[in-house]
Amino acid sequence: MDGLEGEMKMKNIIINVEKGNYIESINNILIQMLETGFIDAIMAPKKTPAGDSYSQSLLRDRSLFDGINPFAPTMAVQTARLLSEITTGPLDKRIGVVLKPCELKATVELVKFLQINLDNIITIGVDCAGTLEVTDYKEIAQKKENTYYDALIKAAAGNVITSIDDYKIRECCQICSDPVPINPDISIGFYGYDLSKNILLTVSDKYSDEFKKELGEKLGLKHSDIDTGKRDTTVSKIKEDKTNARSKLFDELKSRTDSIEKLLNTLSTCIRCHNCMTVCPICYCKECVFKSAVFKHSPDQLLSRAKRNGAIRMPVDTLIFHLTRMSHMATSCVSCGMCESACPAGLPISNIFSSIGGDLQALFEYIPGKNVEEAPPVSTFKEEELEE
Amino acid sequence: MSDFEPKIVAFLCNWCTYTGADLAGTSRLQYPPNIRIIRLMCTGAVDTIYVLKALIEGADGVLIGGCHPGDCHYQTGNYKARRRIAILKTILKRFGYDEDRLWLRWISASEGKLFADTVTQMVAMLKDKGPNPVKQLWMA
Repeated sequence: MDGLEGEMKMKNIIINVEKGNYIESINNILIQMLETGFIDAIMAPKKTPAGDSYSQSLLRDRSLFDGINPFAPTMAVQTARLLSEITTGPLDKRIGVVLKPCELKATVELVKFLQINLDNIITIGVDCAGTLEVTDYKEIAQKKENTYYDALIKAAAGNVITSIDDYKIRECCQICSDPVPINPDISIGFYGYDLSKNILLTVSDKYSDEFKKELGEKLGLKHSDIDTGKRDTTVSKIKEDKTNARSKLFDELKSRTDSIEKLLNTLSTCIRCHNCMTVCPICYCKECVFKSAVFKHSPDQLLSRAKRNGAIRMPVDTLIFHLTRMSHMATSCVSCGMCESACPAGLPISNIFSSIGGDLQALFEYIPGKNVEEAPPVSTFKEEELEE
Repeated sequence: MSDFEPKIVAFLCNWCTYTGADLAGTSRLQYPPNIRIIRLMCTGAVDTIYVLKALIEGADGVLIGGCHPGDCHYQTGNYKARRRIAILKTILKRFGYDEDRLWLRWISASEGKLFADTVTQMVAMLKDKGPNPVKQLWMA
């Protein structure tokens, strides 16, 4: 191993994992980032004291680093929403934020909608093999600690993970076509490597070679060129397998919802709690029309609607709520599945939104989360398009 | 079907189509009275929620009328409306809602005849299709 040379582009750094403890090896680098002042704080998932779940944490004191896990098995909140919160005012400290691929995509969308300011934010994207429902992980954690780790090793070698220890991973993760973060500042990856031995660290091309050299020196990184040559093929195989699963699932879903009656049957247990909207990273409006006076109906209005149709379902406005929300946000849907995880009625809401999102994104040749410079379909237009 | 009179909710922009409708009236052009006009300053102000409210809760069709592309009083409102309506139509079609019940038409202030013809055609089409089945669903 050589030290970083001026010529070297520090594109890929291979980190050696000591004694199979991959979390510690990555955390050592994150700690270095904090200690050398490259960042002033880090936002990353941290194991909760009970040990059976993870919570996002904004951390400044290195002595509390214990329990930080960049590859956390759950995604309790969409970190893009948190990033929106911490960048609403002026931010004079630099924060490194660990993001799963879908969280980074949502971040990019929120930057476009002026809800996140990336000045002073270093995005640290991590490879993802899929996440478990928070409640499922609680049960798993009580049984065996290393189950998720074993799954990651398998995923790194190119296996599609659909369940862990009898628990299915979240359905949107089973069909996720982005296992690898798109254009983060720094990425931490395992696909194509043996996670028990090596981890891949990449620094974005947007930084100059000098910056990379300086960063490398600060973090004490040694250049290593163990390129397994397997990363690209592993990632594209996983993408292909999951995209196929996605198409199959969506085709089946489409035939189940190809009329308004059938859609209503699918949504028949919706209780209008608005959880899907509350957790959705793209639904960023501070004042949602569905929480406004417009949707507070007088008794007269309800009774006249009931008279017109003979009966109305209570609470009202199921169809208009879902279809309106869809028309507002699905063009930027990043398929993170938070809506479905938050749904107390277990509706396949993520699949519905994600599949219609796919249709709409194809209509405008738009890929959410791909390019921060590209305007989202709802905020731009072309003079020549969509001829009637 | 002969005695079915469709209800159309029309969102018309102040500067072009509403004025076009006015011209149709002052020119004494005949067109069916099935239309309920809501005047807006611009089609760019038509959120999908208004259209959906009409399409779910009683209208048999919705007509959105604005200035021809390039002629928007606010420069670009009608282009934005065109995208929103395309999004909504894609969604409606996907769930088997007959998206032909939703029309977006460019009718200028001088096209009173085109306005009368458009309403006449839309009423004929909706009479043919019959009542909007979704407005009768109690679960909606």
